[in-house]
Amino acid sequence: MRLLRIVPDDTRFDFMRFRRISFPISAMLSIAAILLYFLHGLNFGIDFVGGTLMEVQTKAGPADLAKMRGTIGALNLGDFQLQQFGAPNDVLIRISEQPGGDAAQQAAVQKVRDALGGEVEYRRVEVVGPSVSTELLSYGTIGLVLAIGAILIYLWFRFEWQFALGAMIANVHDLVLTVGFMSLTHIDFDLTSIAALLTILGYSLNDTVVIYDRIREMLRRYKRMSMPELLNASINATLSRSIVTHLTVSLSLLALLLFGGQAIRSFTATMMFGVVLVGTYTSVFIASPILIYLGVGRTRHGEPEGTEVEAPPTAPPVPPAPPKPQRARARR
Amino acid sequence: MLFFTRWKAVGILLLALVVCLFAVPNFFPESTLRKWPSWAQRHIVLGLDLQGGSSLLLEVDTAAVRKERLQGLADDVLRVLRQARIPFTGRTIHGNSVEVRITRESDIDNAVAKLRELSQPLSGILGTSGERSVNVTESGGLITLAPSDAALTERIRQAVDQSIQIIERRVNELGLVEPTIQREGASRILVQVPGLQDPSRLKEILGKTAKLDFRMVDQSMTPEQALATHVPQDSEILDGEGGQKFLVEKRVLVSGADLVDAQPGFDQRNSEPIVSFRFNSSGARKFAEATQANVGKPFAIILDNKVISAPVIREPILGGSGQISGNFTIQQANDLAILLRAGALPAPLTVIEERTVGPGLGQDSINAGEHAAYVGAALVVFFMLVTYGLFGLFANIAVAVNIAMIFGVLSALGATLTLPGIAGIVLTVGIAVDSNVLIYERIREEVRGGRSAISAIDAGFSRALATILDSNITTFIAAAVLFYIGTGPVRGFAVTLGIGILTSLFTAFTMTRLIVAYWVRLWRPRTVPI
Repeated sequence: MRLLRIVPDDTRFDFMRFRRISFPISAMLSIAAILLYFLHGLNFGIDFVGGTLMEVQTKAGPADLAKMRGTIGALNLGDFQLQQFGAPNDVLIRISEQPGGDAAQQAAVQKVRDALGGEVEYRRVEVVGPSVSTELLSYGTIGLVLAIGAILIYLWFRFEWQFALGAMIANVHDLVLTVGFMSLTHIDFDLTSIAALLTILGYSLNDTVVIYDRIREMLRRYKRMSMPELLNASINATLSRSIVTHLTVSLSLLALLLFGGQAIRSFTATMMFGVVLVGTYTSVFIASPILIYLGVGRTRHGEPEGTEVEAPPTAPPVPPAPPKPQRARARR
Repeated sequence: MLFFTRWKAVGILLLALVVCLFAVPNFFPESTLRKWPSWAQRHIVLGLDLQGGSSLLLEVDTAAVRKERLQGLADDVLRVLRQARIPFTGRTIHGNSVEVRITRESDIDNAVAKLRELSQPLSGILGTSGERSVNVTESGGLITLAPSDAALTERIRQAVDQSIQIIERRVNELGLVEPTIQREGASRILVQVPGLQDPSRLKEILGKTAKLDFRMVDQSMTPEQALATHVPQDSEILDGEGGQKFLVEKRVLVSGADLVDAQPGFDQRNSEPIVSFRFNSSGARKFAEATQANVGKPFAIILDNKVISAPVIREPILGGSGQISGNFTIQQANDLAILLRAGALPAPLTVIEERTVGPGLGQDSINAGEHAAYVGAALVVFFMLVTYGLFGLFANIAVAVNIAMIFGVLSALGATLTLPGIAGIVLTVGIAVDSNVLIYERIREEVRGGRSAISAIDAGFSRALATILDSNITTFIAAAVLFYIGTGPVRGFAVTLGIGILTSLFTAFTMTRLIVAYWVRLWRPRTVPI
């Protein structure tokens, strides 16, 4: 049986050449994402701003949104939104936080329940009071910061500090772009979004670490290769793996996105963007070339840092099987 | 890398098998499981988002606990100084302390000494911590008594513990099935009731403090007079039904704590719903004494600072039982009886978070999750076969073992599976596959580098494993942080992701390697088929 080769053997793409384009693009996209966040904002779910979320299903036929809007509007509960959710008889009702503390939220739910009466089935009711919502947001933020910090320390121990810093810049870049994506698409930003961000962080790092691992190995083995050449060789060597892995992850995510139901749709959509689109790009075009700027291998011979030749004439040689003693060293 | 001693191979397979076996109870219905020994009964519990039910997060009103503690301290000060016959003025609660001014300078030392007796040394984990429950200070005749922070924290902890017990009793009285009630942080309680669709009644029952007092009505003046002039120091004005006001004494004759039973019933004369109750012996004695001394006077039955009724004592009540009537509906009488039986909460509770999922949505989510898992698995299995052929099959076996092991570990822990948890498992499949991809790609590379088949496989494994370890540890750190900071659904995701990483490390380091090693031994391949 002939096996599928998605990436041909011995690719010699010159990825380093793109750093003059990828860095400005990433910088611009990051700034755009930050601007989006501040100007457009995130669609914070009730987990973080408090309020009430009800998913109801009308028992007889498709939901009459206009009528429901009238019924709920008559209750004077301030801002509220009605939204079709999946099937035509599924409606999502979001009521903003009521003034008057935790007890007032409870009273609002009761009012809606009384007003809608027996016409609907309550599939989901979530009420988050003001004392919890502020806490959840701060826990979420602390969690992200803690996770990045812990991972940084680990990488610092395992690699050199330039690698840890490079990975951090790359990952913050990923998170910023993903948050920008969430702002642009107005996806609900709730507790599961924090979970999605952390998973993106994990995956993206995972990817970066795989390439860094290879770079470190090459740095030990080829003492005389220039940095861009060496980085190119490392990325090319791991390219097939990156693509195959991302394909399998996207297959899993695609299944979740299509069949996993409404409840986790925003989660999977975010993951799809963060892991598949951004994560892969980052580890190749940001995380690796940034090592040059952070001064890894500055003392090397070969092409001096900053003055790029037309593009290295031929890509690096495929690493020959190294002699035994060296191998032992490469294995740490 | 490709050599396994027989014992090691048997050990690996045995471990995988045992872990997988833990997942077996999940395939049997609850009724069958009950006949098994208790250690074999552990299985995965479906989260409320999957099986439907209601989850309430309650907050104990710590400010009320604090206030009550100060009020109690102020009462103690009054009692101590009266007993010692020390004259004083201006006994007030000021911020977080009680202040009292001693009239005669010669009494100050004595008063301080007497009041210090109110303060007990706090016992820490290692004997006494040197800290006392109340800090007593004096300057210029003004004595300040402040409860220490440690004492207040302890008091709040006790209040939460007590609340949990009372909530348990109330929830059980309502006849709800398999509720879980647990402490969350310092002052919160999580109540989860599977299958409950409308938690309105539960919230109403939990929202009542149910503090019942019997007190005398102060007849020295009418409530209107008291409001117009001044309220006597030892009395207070309380609301009754329909806006009526009552002037009642602060002194409590008997409290709800002395009740042993309460039942809903009907008044024999006018068949209105009532609640009949019975006191314990000390309560019965106190009630008998009080009613004997006050025949012909009205007393007030007060629930949560609201007067339910204020009947006139016609004759001494000596039997220790009585009834409360107050224009109840049958449901109200029923609820009051439940509340009185379960006892009063030490402090009011507020619902600060509610999440309810109906059974329809839960089932839909399970179906969606299963569906996604099957489709995802099928796609990945197919892709791996197409890409790596025989080795893809090996990888698929390893991934299948991996999934079985995740369920085994989750069962052994008796963990709760939520919808995000299912997402975690699906993602773990991605991670497990990645480990194999890393190994195979490395083998391909070593083959291109000119190694022989066996040597390339060997080198592929040994080099890829270091990378797998590094990359998985970083993801594991993210999962650990998620678990630590997350609540509910996020935590469910973190648990399956974390467990999945551990099992996928195990399968990558042992399972795939073992399978490939045996294949190499049996076939002695000259070329690598990937």
